[in-house]
Amino acid sequence: MIRADVSRAEGFTPPGPGDFDLQPLFGDSYAFAKPGLQLILAGVLVFGFFAVTSRRAAMVPSKAQFAGEQAYGFVRNSIARDIIGSHDFMKFVPYLVSLFFFLLINNVFGLVPFIQFPSFAKASFAYGLAALTWILYNGVGVWKHGLFGYIKHQSVPPGVNGPILLLIVPLEFISNLLVRPVTLALRLFANMFAGHLLLVLFTLGGEYLLLEADQVLYKPVGVVALLLAIAISFLELLVQFLQAYVFTLLTAMYVQGALAEEH
Amino acid sequence: MEGSLNMVGYGLAAIGPGVGIGLIFAAYINGVARQPEAQGRLQSIAILGFALAEALAIIGIALAFVL
Repeated sequence: MIRADVSRAEGFTPPGPGDFDLQPLFGDSYAFAKPGLQLILAGVLVFGFFAVTSRRAAMVPSKAQFAGEQAYGFVRNSIARDIIGSHDFMKFVPYLVSLFFFLLINNVFGLVPFIQFPSFAKASFAYGLAALTWILYNGVGVWKHGLFGYIKHQSVPPGVNGPILLLIVPLEFISNLLVRPVTLALRLFANMFAGHLLLVLFTLGGEYLLLEADQVLYKPVGVVALLLAIAISFLELLVQFLQAYVFTLLTAMYVQGALAEEH
Repeated sequence: MEGSLNMVGYGLAAIGPGVGIGLIFAAYINGVARQPEAQGRLQSIAILGFALAEALAIIGIALAFVL
């Protein structure tokens, strides 16, 4: 993997958004850099994991099959079935399972040695994934209610009458159809971005205080900063899992909202 | 002193979501303490509320870098 070579001036310059512009792998365009490679790797890993664990499925599962079924069952039962409901959740399980594990692996890349960059710290990827979810839940809603029925379904909340509708309808329309994919993408992106920035800050700051600062008194502080970086890594692991979970959970909720019957 | 005032603004902006997330999990812990068998149901609701409240802080950090 290619490390970003960020030249630093004399003294300590804190890390910023510039640290996220990685060197392109070939050519001068930033179209394909390390995060793009990570996306492909994550796709291959998810496919490989489920292909290997579901091959030669037997009544008495092997250890690999058990692991695969546990992973699949977690998303199927605790996200898809609980949220969408037992009637028509099975249609969405393939998307939700692959979404969850794709996100999880890409996020955990932020802590894997030699990779150490969460792919979704680049906003464009998060927007792409959110667009996929947006197309899915709107497509499902239009298929179920028809185009105008669906727009009415999403923008007129049940049980609201009178002039307040003038205020509610535009708000609901904007919130349910336009802002949702943006917040979905921004939540994932900003969590990964902020987490990575925090880790970079603590490790670089610790290294600077320990090795490059002039005063002897700074050295213990550097040690503390590096220890904190390790502690924050564990916090990041939690956040990475949680963001994959939240993204999948919200996708399931949007699908459920689009499918719900009129009351 | 050098630096960006945006970050001070972001620090202030993060107070609100911080309090909100605290309240959400306080209610969640309360609910589970009163009725442990409801944990599964409460958990997804709590995490959903957490995600929605957190969105404010997230928009804040995005704007702190952009503006």
